[in-house]
This record gives sequence, structure tokens and C-alpha cells, in this order.
Amino acid sequence: MSKGVWIAGGGVICGIGENLGACLDAFEKMQPGMATMEHLHSVHAQTFPVVEVKADNETLAERAGMPAHWSRTALLSMIAAKEAIQSSGIGELKQYRTGLVSANTVGGMDKTEHFMEAFLADPKKGRLKEVVHHECGSVTELVADALGIRHHVSTISTACSSAANALMYGARMIRSGMLDVVIAGGTDALTRFTLNGFNTLMILDQQKCRPFDDTRTGLNLGEGAGYVVLVSDAVAEKVKPWCKLSGFANANDAYHQTASSPEGIGNYKAMQGALSMAALEPADIDYINLHGTGTQNNDSSEGLAIERLFAPAFPPLSSTKSFTGHTLGASGGIEAVFAAFALKEGIIYPNAQFTTQMKELPFKPVTTFSRGNVLTHVMSNSFGFGGNCSSLVFSK
Amino acid sequence: MKAYIQGTGCVSAQDSSIFPETIREYEGDRLPVADPDYKQWIDIKQIRRMGRVIKMGVAASHISLQDAGVKMPDAIIMGTAYGCLADTGVFLNKLVTQQEDMLTPTAFIQSTHNTVGGQIALLLGCHAYNNTFVHGAFSLENALQDSLLFLEEDTSRKVLAGAVEEITDYSHTILSRFGLYKNGVAAGEGASFFVLGAEKDEQSQAELTAVEMLYKPASKEETGSHIEKFLNRNGLQPSDIDLLITGRNGGDDSYYEAIEADLFATQPVAKFKHLCGEFPTAAAFALWMVTGILKKQQVPPAIMVKGNAPSKVKRILIWNHQNTTHHSLILVSAC
Repeated sequence: MSKGVWIAGGGVICGIGENLGACLDAFEKMQPGMATMEHLHSVHAQTFPVVEVKADNETLAERAGMPAHWSRTALLSMIAAKEAIQSSGIGELKQYRTGLVSANTVGGMDKTEHFMEAFLADPKKGRLKEVVHHECGSVTELVADALGIRHHVSTISTACSSAANALMYGARMIRSGMLDVVIAGGTDALTRFTLNGFNTLMILDQQKCRPFDDTRTGLNLGEGAGYVVLVSDAVAEKVKPWCKLSGFANANDAYHQTASSPEGIGNYKAMQGALSMAALEPADIDYINLHGTGTQNNDSSEGLAIERLFAPAFPPLSSTKSFTGHTLGASGGIEAVFAAFALKEGIIYPNAQFTTQMKELPFKPVTTFSRGNVLTHVMSNSFGFGGNCSSLVFSK
Repeated sequence: MKAYIQGTGCVSAQDSSIFPETIREYEGDRLPVADPDYKQWIDIKQIRRMGRVIKMGVAASHISLQDAGVKMPDAIIMGTAYGCLADTGVFLNKLVTQQEDMLTPTAFIQSTHNTVGGQIALLLGCHAYNNTFVHGAFSLENALQDSLLFLEEDTSRKVLAGAVEEITDYSHTILSRFGLYKNGVAAGEGASFFVLGAEKDEQSQAELTAVEMLYKPASKEETGSHIEKFLNRNGLQPSDIDLLITGRNGGDDSYYEAIEADLFATQPVAKFKHLCGEFPTAAAFALWMVTGILKKQQVPPAIMVKGNAPSKVKRILIWNHQNTTHHSLILVSAC
């Protein structure tokens, strides 16, 4: 357990930018990415704003170096993973025992839902190449094969916390000495399946989402991918790592299949467990990247769990989902990149669309972008369906 | 890191409680589970709404916890390649045929891949570590590996690990169109769970000695050499394996045969997919069966392919592959 796990780099593509630099720019200029959907075809297009990656599949395929008929989930994944590897400066992956641990929630569903239109009319119809990558794991393998990764390839799906668990699993494999490098994170493209699913739960906001705001009425769905490059002590010595992944924990709320317990039992246990692994006190945390979806339920549970753990002193906190929307299986990866980079650069991200403090909470999120903060430990939260709650702690 | 199997539970095409004494025979290309009376573990009001794969998972996990005498595990770690296909299919069907209108949440709620793990936690009131791997024929193997790593961090823990899979009419039709069920290969489904602990005690039924995955080997030679190195790392030679259990499924089994002839020429060889069918997490059924074999020191004759069933069994290697690209090695020993 004494072995360290380092973040050597990270890459992101989401609705506010095609790489990490573009995302930072959007944060600094206070430009959230919600808009009317252009690439997803849904009858709800005019009702629910989404945070789409502003590019069609042909453009993404060209950047990814992949065929445009593959699932958008794989294209996004490849683009973010490539940026992560480049930013890490570790050089050719071939020289290491490298793994890819990727998360997603619906695999190649963007293609499957199109296949089903023909298939349901006639089970002999529908092009099989549209369902050949339906499985979550298949999407990961397209990326692993393109990157030449063979030592370890795996996929995790625990709804909204998926990618945070990918970082944990990758970290465990590095600690145990099985691997030197793990590309860990997640990816998800917008699909009609998830859009309609969240609509049946009545938790989609028809306006821009307002995380941790008393007037919040739901979330906006987003899409994208985010990966960090986790490396062992030995590899970290050769590069300039961003920071350490010092603590992580996963707990289950065990309250309801889709709703969080009012007091956020799972959220509390995940944050507490991550602090405990990092041997830190709540007061040591300098910034929290909230799960902060903008639903009544999540923000209240997460907020009360933070109050219970951190009171009376609360670190600066914000939800970057107020810019990116909820990218589901990708969110833990995207936010891990944001959190690790914040720590490295002393950045605190703003919470957009905030006007009114939540009545039940003694704190409110940060609303302005700032650089030059002295950050030593940063926490990133990912909670979700199935009661799955995960927290990560990054340290200098 | 190794672990001890403290309890097992299985819902499969076979009668879970009496195997291997009685073997069910099936015709056609589909081996559905022999549904146990789910009321034993699940409230009757919940049964009606609950997806079939969830029921299988809840049942198998409860049987394994009972068998181990563990009420509350310290982690729930599972694998499923396809996830909750039935509810995914229901929601997709309505989405398409009703043009995204008048949809209801139940099927969507039960469609996420972590539904089974979440429901097991919910019914147990278990707040512990909870993870779901969804990587095709590596889903079970990653769940076992995560369990071993989790136990390494704290050897007092007890982990509930397992895998689930279900066949639906849609999935069967589509997979048949891909040509999966030709030449006698039959689709399978089921749930198998295991309670794992780091320390050996009077409850221990078998030792989970090691787990390994091999992704897209370049050749049969690479696979053979990988299997040999895996055994060497565990202080063994191929000749130390008392029984090799392979994932032959009645289709093209030449890959297994070639490496068997090369590495395991004198070892007895057995199979299991004629009992549970072919599915990405079928190795979980094999692990359940193997635990029973090692505990009872009895090899059912119906599983033998080559050689005679050994009368004493110390070490069993389960080797399963999918399309020659995904190889799973699970080494299990008597304890």
C-alpha cells in the first residue's frame, strides 16, 4: 500500500471544448455548453437543451483516426485518450506494461437504437455492423486496439460513478505491481435511450441546469470522454506528473435504485473512505469538484453529506456539470482530469447559473474562475444510480 | 494474492442444489436457467417487477452468502457482458415504436449494467464497495481480480463476487444472425456467486489460486507459452494439473485441442458448456462446479472429455476462450 499512483497527464473532449485547453477557456470566459441538439435526432430536441460535442461523427472520426460508422462513444474515447497520453510525456506505450480501463454506460447504443428501427419491423433486417459494438467492452477494445494496448483491457459500468471506479481499479493494478501505466477514465455519447430514460424520471431541466442552487429543477445531459494517465513511482520519476492519486473509495447508498438517500449515506461514506485512504482530515481538502447534477435529490443529499463531514469549515466547491452537463459514464473521468489539473495549476472552477443558496445548506458554490490558488489536496465526487458512490482525492 | 472460496451459489440450466447427481438435458440451441423459487430470497411484491437477470443474481448471491455463513459482505463485485438485456429491450422497443412518447421509467431504471449489483446491495442494506465490470468474456475475470486486489488491502474482508447473464428473444435472434449458435453450440445464461476471503478457515471449500486474462494473442504458440508461464509463476508445471477444464462448446474446439495436445498431453480434460450453455461469463459456472469437485473430491463422469476422472483432485485449471481472442485462466486448488 506504500506504493504511489501518479497522474502523469489527462485529456478531455466534451461540450465545452475539444481538448483540455479549450475547456479551461470556456470556464474562464463563463461559457457553459448547453444548446439545442444538432447531432442527436430526437423528438425532444426543442424541449431539452443538451451539451453536445460540437462536431459530427465524420469530423470526430478524422481526429480519432477511426471509421466514421463506429459508435460516437468510441470516437470520443479515442480523442480524449490520445490527448491524455500526449500530455503525459511518457512516450511510446510499448515500453511499458500498459492497461486501458474505460467506463461507459450504454456502449454502442447510438448505433443499436438505429438498428432496432429496422429489426423491430422485421427480425431479419437491420445491419449487423450497427450492433457489433453494442457491448460496453467492445467500445473499449476499439480504442485499446487503436492504441496498441494489450496488457490489460477492461470496462466498468456503475452508471454515473463508472469512470471514478475505472481510476480506482487502475490504481489498484499499479499498486500491486501488475502494470506500469493505466489509461483510466470514461466515455459516453448522447443517445435517445438515455435522454428518454432520464426524461421518464422527470429529472431533465428544460433550461440550463443550476447545480447547488435553490431554484434547480434537474440536469442537462452532456457527452464526452475524459482520461487520466496513471503511472507507477518508477514511471513518475521519468516525467513531471501533475499530482498523486492519494485516496479513493467506493460505497453504496443502498437506499433506492435511482434515488439518493436524503442524508447521503453513500456519499458520506465514499468521501470519508477516500480521505481515510489518503490519511487526511476534511480540513486538508482545498477544493471539491462536486457531483452536482442539478437534480433536487442529488444536490441535497450530496450537500448534506458534505455538511456532516466538513462542518464547520467548507472548502471552495463547484460543479463543472453547470458547464459540461452530466456526461454519465464519462463524467468521473472528465472531472478527474479537471480536478487533477486544478491542483497542478492552482485553479478553482466556477459554478455557472448560480443565483440562490440552497436553504438546507450552510454553504454555496464558487461562482468565479480563479488562478493562483494554493491547492494541496482536491476531491472529486461521482455518485449515481444503483447507489454507487465514489470519491477520489488528488494530492500534490 | 490468492483467496479462499467460502461459499458458492448458482442459478443455471442445472438444478443448482443437486448437481452433479442429476443432469438436465436440453434440446435446441438455448439452455434457459431452471428457475428456482425466487420467493425464498425476494419479497413477492418485488418479484413481479424485478427483471429476470436481477432475480437470478439476487438468488445466487444469497445462496453463496448462506453457504459461507456471511450475513454482510465487505464488497460486492460482479461482472456481466450484456447487462440487463430484457429491460434494455423493453425500453428500446417502446422508444422506437412509440416514437419517444409516453415511456415509463421502470424498464430504464432496471436497464443499467449495475442494476444487479445495486439491487443485491439494496436488499442486504450493504453500504460496502460495489463494482460492476462489463467487459465481454473478461467480465467475471476482472471481478475476481478486483476482489483479490481488494482483499490484499485488508485481509479480514469477505467479498461477494460473481457474474450474471441473461438470454432474451432479441439477443438470441441477433446473436444467431452473427452465427454464434451453429454446429451444436447452444446459448446459455445464469448467475454464479462466490464469497471470497483471504484467510483459510473451516468454511473454506477451495483455494482460488490465481486468475489471468490474455487479450488477442498473436498465435496459438503465444497462448500456449502464456499458459505455461502462468502455471510456472504459481510454482507449477502443466503436468501438476489434475484436471483441465476447457470452455469447449461443441463448435470449433480445435484451438483447445491443439494446445491440450501440446501442453497437457497426459492430463485428463473436462468440459462444462454442455451443462450451462455458451455465454461470456460462463466460466463462472465452471468455477462453481470446480469448487464442488474440490470440496467433495468427486468428478462427475458426465463432464469428462479425455482420460479418466481423477479419484483425487488437488489442482484444476479452468481455461476458457471466446473467439480465440479472449482467454481466461482460473487456477483453483483443494484446501
